[in-house]
Amino acid sequence: MSLKQLRRTALYIPGNDPSMLLNSGIFGADSVVLDLEDAVSISEKDSARILVRNALNHVDFLGAEVVVRINSLSTPYGMDDLKDVVCPRLDAIRLPKCEHAQDVITVSEVLDQLETEKGLDRGKIKIMPLIESALGSYNAVEIACADSRISAINFGGEDYTADIAAQRTREGLELLDIRMKILLAARIAHIDALDTVFGNVNDEEGLLAETSLIKQLGFDGKSIIHPRQIKPVHKVFTPSEKEIVKARRIVQALEEAEKKKSGVVALDGRMIDAPVVAKARRVLAFAEAMGLA
Amino acid sequence: MKTDQSKGQAGTLESGDILVFIDLSVQEKGISIDLDSPSIVPFGKQIILTIKDTLVNLGIHDAYVKAQDRGALDCAISARVETAARRALSSTIGEVGRCL
Repeated sequence: MSLKQLRRTALYIPGNDPSMLLNSGIFGADSVVLDLEDAVSISEKDSARILVRNALNHVDFLGAEVVVRINSLSTPYGMDDLKDVVCPRLDAIRLPKCEHAQDVITVSEVLDQLETEKGLDRGKIKIMPLIESALGSYNAVEIACADSRISAINFGGEDYTADIAAQRTREGLELLDIRMKILLAARIAHIDALDTVFGNVNDEEGLLAETSLIKQLGFDGKSIIHPRQIKPVHKVFTPSEKEIVKARRIVQALEEAEKKKSGVVALDGRMIDAPVVAKARRVLAFAEAMGLA
Repeated sequence: MKTDQSKGQAGTLESGDILVFIDLSVQEKGISIDLDSPSIVPFGKQIILTIKDTLVNLGIHDAYVKAQDRGALDCAISARVETAARRALSSTIGEVGRCL
């Protein structure tokens, strides 16, 4: 079985900042998201696109998953972004303002053509839809299941709360509904669920609380906006030694019961059923990907 | 940023970047480069070579370039030169913010 792709942290890097782009791999985030959308002013869209294209071809991202957030295809920039950034080093496209399955299908068809033209393996470049509206949230399941290229689904809290006329708070109660929709869509589609950013980079306590919440809900990771947010998020998503040992014992108990052709699995006098084993395997998958098991 | 016809500018004076101004309306033949860089002694020749190569790859053989370097690496220099050149070229056909 191949190792789980870790996506605990997806660090946004402004696409028109050469220093940040060139150093983006050294911070240690699991993914870097080179941003051509919100981080770039309208007058600099062309400049950022060319800079990101060059960075993709020359920068060592030190093993991070490399993602580019393009502009929406409904803007004059989205299609040019897509054509310029497709290259061997690109792992995925983060597609903003996604509201319908067709948004993803259109991008996938363009990627089919570009991969063929550029001699890349068909389906190499993944798509990560970004849900940022009430309509997108409503259609999350059909979007998540729209195409085999989709590897993760995520949402943008600021745009979403603006769209539903909610106030964005530190506690995030207003995001509970979209978080559950994103999570369920991800599980139905067997892809990763990624959380929105936590905007206050000076509030580590708030970041830890929010990350603990999303881990509890079942998310696989979180978008972040500053390198200093990497360590706290990784800390929350890293299984403790106690959790790893317990998970390993549960899986071993199941394997031994299967060898004995026993229909009942017990550990320390307690019955172990399929959901418990599934949770243990998820802990071990994370641990193995982090080199801890 | 669009400037006058046949002129284009790109980049910034931030650390790790380079501000490039290109004028394609020059009368003289060839590429003339006015470079200001804190690293002009060790890297000046390389920066000039990168600027020239980028322009030639775009099919531009006659231009005046003013470049204010702030420690940009080759891929950033090349990106800024290409952007400034494309802006200078597109200024004659009115496209702003898009690659040709």
